[in-house]
Amino acid sequence: MERLAFDVAHFFAGSLVLVSLMLLYQDRLSALINVFAFQAVVLALSVAWQAYVQGAPHLYLTAAIALSVKAIIIPVALHRMIRRLGIHREVETAVNIGPTMLAGLGLVALSMVVILRATAAADMLAREDLAFALSVVLLGLLMMVTRRNAVSQVIGFMSLENGLILAATGAKGMPFVVEISVAFSVLVAFIVIGIFLFRIRERFDSVNLQALDDFRGEIR
Amino acid sequence: MIAIPTSGEGLILAIPLVTAALLIFISNYRLSARLNAASAFLTLLAALSLFVRKTAPGPYLLVDDLNIVFIVLNTFVGFTASVFSASYIAHELETGRLTKAQLRFYHAMYQTLLFAMSLSLLANNIGLMWVAIELATLTTVVMVGIYRTHEALEAAWKYFILGSVGIALALFGTILVYMAARPVVGEGPDGMVWTVLIDHASALDPALLNLAFVFLLLGYGTKVGLAPLHAWLPDAHAEGPTPISAVLSGLLLNVALHAVLRFKLLLAANPGAIAPGPLLVTMGLVSLIFAGFMLYRRRDIKRMFAYSSIEHMGIIAFAFGMGGPLANFAGLLHMTMHSLTKSAIFFTVGHIAQAKDTQKIAEIRGLTTSHPMLGWSLVVGVVAIAGMPPFGVFMSEFLVVSSTFARAPLLAIPLVIGLLVAVGALMQKVHGLAFGEPTGVSHPVKASYLPMIAHFGLVLTAGLYLPPPLVAWFQHVAVLLH
Repeated sequence: MERLAFDVAHFFAGSLVLVSLMLLYQDRLSALINVFAFQAVVLALSVAWQAYVQGAPHLYLTAAIALSVKAIIIPVALHRMIRRLGIHREVETAVNIGPTMLAGLGLVALSMVVILRATAAADMLAREDLAFALSVVLLGLLMMVTRRNAVSQVIGFMSLENGLILAATGAKGMPFVVEISVAFSVLVAFIVIGIFLFRIRERFDSVNLQALDDFRGEIR
Repeated sequence: MIAIPTSGEGLILAIPLVTAALLIFISNYRLSARLNAASAFLTLLAALSLFVRKTAPGPYLLVDDLNIVFIVLNTFVGFTASVFSASYIAHELETGRLTKAQLRFYHAMYQTLLFAMSLSLLANNIGLMWVAIELATLTTVVMVGIYRTHEALEAAWKYFILGSVGIALALFGTILVYMAARPVVGEGPDGMVWTVLIDHASALDPALLNLAFVFLLLGYGTKVGLAPLHAWLPDAHAEGPTPISAVLSGLLLNVALHAVLRFKLLLAANPGAIAPGPLLVTMGLVSLIFAGFMLYRRRDIKRMFAYSSIEHMGIIAFAFGMGGPLANFAGLLHMTMHSLTKSAIFFTVGHIAQAKDTQKIAEIRGLTTSHPMLGWSLVVGVVAIAGMPPFGVFMSEFLVVSSTFARAPLLAIPLVIGLLVAVGALMQKVHGLAFGEPTGVSHPVKASYLPMIAHFGLVLTAGLYLPPPLVAWFQHVAVLLH
């Protein structure tokens, strides 16, 4: 049982990292949203498994939030939004996919080295979970840096946050996990509503943040 | 859990929360502005009561000698800024930059922000502290974007994305601290209670703590505005309503700094962990020098003072990074003086921007002739913030420099260079703004000068004479900070 619990948790956490890498090379927005929804499903499974193994029923709530909010509501909302904005076919990357993937692999290796070395005293499952979680966090950051489009930046942020939830559920008995996942859902809802209400397309003529970068506020 | 709070810390949290709920329903802006100020004043009184009666730390809230300084400063500037806000928004309503519905929202958000900042300062639980800082970030994001202009939305978006990444990294650090605490303290809520953590600090796994501190410093450091994580700060200060610029600069940066200091204490109490000081010293120096040079190229008056805030947060982080009783004392004093001076400068700048219809430095000239009171306030403010005697900032900067010369003379060289660069820039800009022939449009201002006079009066008094009880208190806290 112990062995099986470890293997299944390991499998889900590893899958999250793989899906994060898949996110890096999606070059169309709608595909990107689908892959993100898939990642949220994997996260929900992983959290549910942790709830079962740790005997912590409140984590089922976190899993349910991940499934309903991140795998269904937000992807549906984003799909509708990009269709209405007419940008469902485009993705611009600031850096080419090849170097981005290499950088992503490097970040995964980095987080393995850093975490496994720093947590020699902790138990095996927690260490592996934390290493995978840090990889997902760093890959999310990489995505936010390389993408220039507001929608894909938000997806990068949400996948970063998936890594945080993975870390929080992996830390056995951590208080506030449910509250934190709710707080993050509020934050993400804010971002999505933000893009929509602020009508970035109307105000800036495009959701392309490159256009925003050219505008520096000082030179008018 | 509905109980009427009777303790000071309970009131500090309850008053703004109740007021925020009330303000949503009040559409008369004069009434809501007054209620806003009255509530902030009551919160200040509740904060002062903490000196008299202290309660033992609970699992969620904590009042100790360190956070009282922050809370009293926070509630005081929160109150004066609400008085300034009342005279500021009346003008915004007249010119049509804000609608009545937006003002209702603005006042409710103002109180929510005060609540979130107090909660973060009072939190004894590192998870709760994180949630409070997130709430403060969200409220300021919507306030920065309230004008709905192109620039305001861009600033809000940038602040939002960078702030979110910052707090995400801080959460990862918080989880790591819990992971380090779990084998020692055991599973469950105790692993996140700060007083429990600090008691067991020496037993925590140093490698995990080191890693955690890196994430916490990057995360909360983003909110402090330390270079190179400062990119959101100038935009957010320049494009939001000026009372919010004052609160951001004077208070929110301190709140994030308080979080960093708490974790620094945790690391300092663990013999195996890295010394957090050098990291803070480096970030502080980089911020100071970078912001000092950036001051020269500013064309927007609010943006200029935002860079000056980065510079001063750099000095404060440097002082706390140096550590030791004298440098910590200087850091605390500088933080207090900076909060008071910078918020008063923003009060002045807010009225100046309304009087001249612009924030561009090039279009503002000869203020001492056209608006003597505002012009001279600006001159006083800039002289004070530049660290000239006889103001309090001079004293705290002098202490930072002299303690550095005594302990690490090599570090004092870049410190002094950074300070001088910033002074040069500020003096050059203020000369054009305050003196010469007035140009451009010029409206009369109905300003309430009381908040500025109160702040500058306090800063001047502190420069001439620091009351011994205050000195004793700061010295005591400085020793606590290691």
